[in-house]
Amino acid sequence: MYGVVVFPGSNCDHDCYHVIKHVTKKPAQFIWHKQDSIDKNIKTIILPGGFSYGDYLRSGALAQFSPIIKAVKKFAQSGGLVIGICNGFQILCEAHMLPGVLMRNKSLKFICKNLPLKVVNNKLPFTKGYKENQVITLPIAHADGNYYAEKETIAELEKYNQIVFRYCSPDGEITDQFNPNGSIGNIAGITNRDGNVLGMMPHPERCAEELLGNTDGKIIFESLGNN
Amino acid sequence: MKVKIYTKLKESVLDPQGQAVTGGLKNLGFNTIKSVRIGKVIDIVLDDMSALEAQSQIKKMCEQLLANTVIEDYNFTFEIEGKSYSF
Repeated sequence: MYGVVVFPGSNCDHDCYHVIKHVTKKPAQFIWHKQDSIDKNIKTIILPGGFSYGDYLRSGALAQFSPIIKAVKKFAQSGGLVIGICNGFQILCEAHMLPGVLMRNKSLKFICKNLPLKVVNNKLPFTKGYKENQVITLPIAHADGNYYAEKETIAELEKYNQIVFRYCSPDGEITDQFNPNGSIGNIAGITNRDGNVLGMMPHPERCAEELLGNTDGKIIFESLGNN
Repeated sequence: MKVKIYTKLKESVLDPQGQAVTGGLKNLGFNTIKSVRIGKVIDIVLDDMSALEAQSQIKKMCEQLLANTVIEDYNFTFEIEGKSYSF
């Protein structure tokens, strides 16, 4: 069973629910953010995109104090799988479940477009359906996606293979020219040391159906299988 | 008691907003501008308490929510019985 958390201001919750339930045909349920516990049969939690709490103060800063986050932390500590997409990634960083922070895009603009990404870690339960270094296309839609962390933190992420996706050219080149938002090292997604918490700015749930012209995102949901 | 809290990006962190405003001010003819950094001001009204207690409480508020200390520095000021404190 998948659980999709709904914060006030979430707006990709139904997209995630739809893909899980109607595309990959797995059971899913919504979890209201005021809940302080997680149903025992839930094996994967999704923190969806949107503008939780209106992005007030900083993106994700206020959602970290919703009662459900304490439960999500406990769930992750005991090995449960957690994916934060876009605003969900921002929340995971603010809640210290992932290191670093997502700052305002270097261009100061909201960017909404399909971009090539390199899957640099395909050893995770979320990414095992991709080939190593496969270049995929996923849409981004954010104003605060500029990943920043101190040098030592970036070195640790590299050392423990915690960088999962990087923005790249259609041929897989990772250069400044193909960095949409100023993220250090073109980082688009990272995982925690244990590899059970994934944060990513691109939206896999928006490209999981033939009807939408791209199914690259579906592989994440398929990789998770019956969780 | 009234407290003023200031948060801004650390010197080591790029501030694209500040850079854009620098350009804007220069375009207006303010050629004396060397740099601009943008932050936030948060006004808080607290119950009356000792300076020591206020300092400790405000520090906790900043660390836990008001500033993201990965990228932001903060400082704050308040007044008790006409005496100003700043941290």
